[in-house]
Amino acid sequence: MKKEGEIEFIKDGKRVDGRRFDELRNIKIEVGVLKRADGSCYFELGDNKVLAAVYGPREMHPRHAQDAKMAVVKFRYNMAPFSVDDRKRPGPDRRSVEISKVSREALDPVILREYYPKAAIEVYVEILQSDAGTRTAGINAASVALADAGVPMRDLVSSVAVGKVGGEIVLDLNAVEDNYGEADMPIAMIARRNTITALQMDGNLTKDEFEKGLKLAMKACQQIYELQRAALIGRYNKDESAKSKDRGT
Amino acid sequence: MYKIVIPGDLVSDDAKRAGEGTYVEDGKVYATTYGVVDDKGEIRVVAFSGKYLPTRGDVVIGKVVEISFPYWIVDIASPYEARIHMSEISTRGGKRIEFGDMNAILDLDDLVAVKVLNVDALMRIDLGLKEDLHIGRGNGRLIEVPPTKVPRIIGRKGSMIRMLKDKCNCFIFVAKNGRIWIKGKTKDIKLASEVILMITKEAHTSGLTDRVAEFLNSVKTER
Repeated sequence: MKKEGEIEFIKDGKRVDGRRFDELRNIKIEVGVLKRADGSCYFELGDNKVLAAVYGPREMHPRHAQDAKMAVVKFRYNMAPFSVDDRKRPGPDRRSVEISKVSREALDPVILREYYPKAAIEVYVEILQSDAGTRTAGINAASVALADAGVPMRDLVSSVAVGKVGGEIVLDLNAVEDNYGEADMPIAMIARRNTITALQMDGNLTKDEFEKGLKLAMKACQQIYELQRAALIGRYNKDESAKSKDRGT
Repeated sequence: MYKIVIPGDLVSDDAKRAGEGTYVEDGKVYATTYGVVDDKGEIRVVAFSGKYLPTRGDVVIGKVVEISFPYWIVDIASPYEARIHMSEISTRGGKRIEFGDMNAILDLDDLVAVKVLNVDALMRIDLGLKEDLHIGRGNGRLIEVPPTKVPRIIGRKGSMIRMLKDKCNCFIFVAKNGRIWIKGKTKDIKLASEVILMITKEAHTSGLTDRVAEFLNSVKTER
């Protein structure tokens, strides 16, 4: 393993993969890719490949976990054994249980759970290929899949990570930057209202760096939101997907 | 062309017109679901997909999944199970039903056309049998479509469904929960379900009734 500092993260103002500091990786979104699920979405963020499926609202099992006032959201984040370089041992582990919980809480504030008392809304996120930032890709995919399933929501959630590598604050870390960088901070937010629904941080940032990163993330979430929106609208409306800008605030 | 919205889209500035599929915040109306805007009268967002939520008075098709005295537990394609109380039947025929006889009247997997009598806050759903529409066993086909497409299949004042019944020579019963019972010759059933599938796929487009008519006529001449 290489140690921190051995890699040249920044070269001529560009990052290891040639991106600018505030540049996202390529994003591809496909809606309704699974026939059996009530809603689904395939999401690519650079080399991350993520599949999200939503079932429900449907009856909640086990019964004792029902909530008499609102629906319960279940979220499962799972990595395929072939999603990483060394085979990942299948099944839930400490990391994926944590990500499931965090992702669920990132989506909870937008889902109108009180419409379906006692029911369950199940979200399954499968990571097919991983290249850092899978939890943000998972949240983006889940948000689109929920909309596709017809689940009533206040808004969509968009998510992106920022971090610090080679002393610079950069957007949307890739695997190398994530593994050997100085800090990584995934953020989920309701882009339209600039409301943060989830924020985690690994590593250390100063207050100024934090604020700079937050600003980058907010701008990027706005871009991701537009892509999510275009994917949903474009599915039914091929010609009108271009003019996705006409929305109020 | 209909306007497509996603959750959180602004649909109106007039909070008084907020209808189904919307929510109001700071005096403005936003969409809650991914669907099509209908702004005749109150502003509604007609969802593309979603589960059936029963309301009192709906007529639905249910399937008996459990018999637990004195109720039949019925699946009505909704997140919640519904039940028919035994008294619903004994008040009709006049004959008393004994404990062991329940499956003789309605057995597991039987299909019934039922009316939603009541839905309480805990989403307990009481059903009553609709006398004239007790769906028999065999000879027919049950198809399921998203319940949000049901109004489109019926059409304005029943124009679409009338045409379908007419052209396909079928008995078609469309229930509120998106279940459709088709009875007729096998060939006719096949055509009817094909057309219904086409309607659900193109429900968000305009001029659909005309296109369906055209399609049905072209099939007719082929034969």
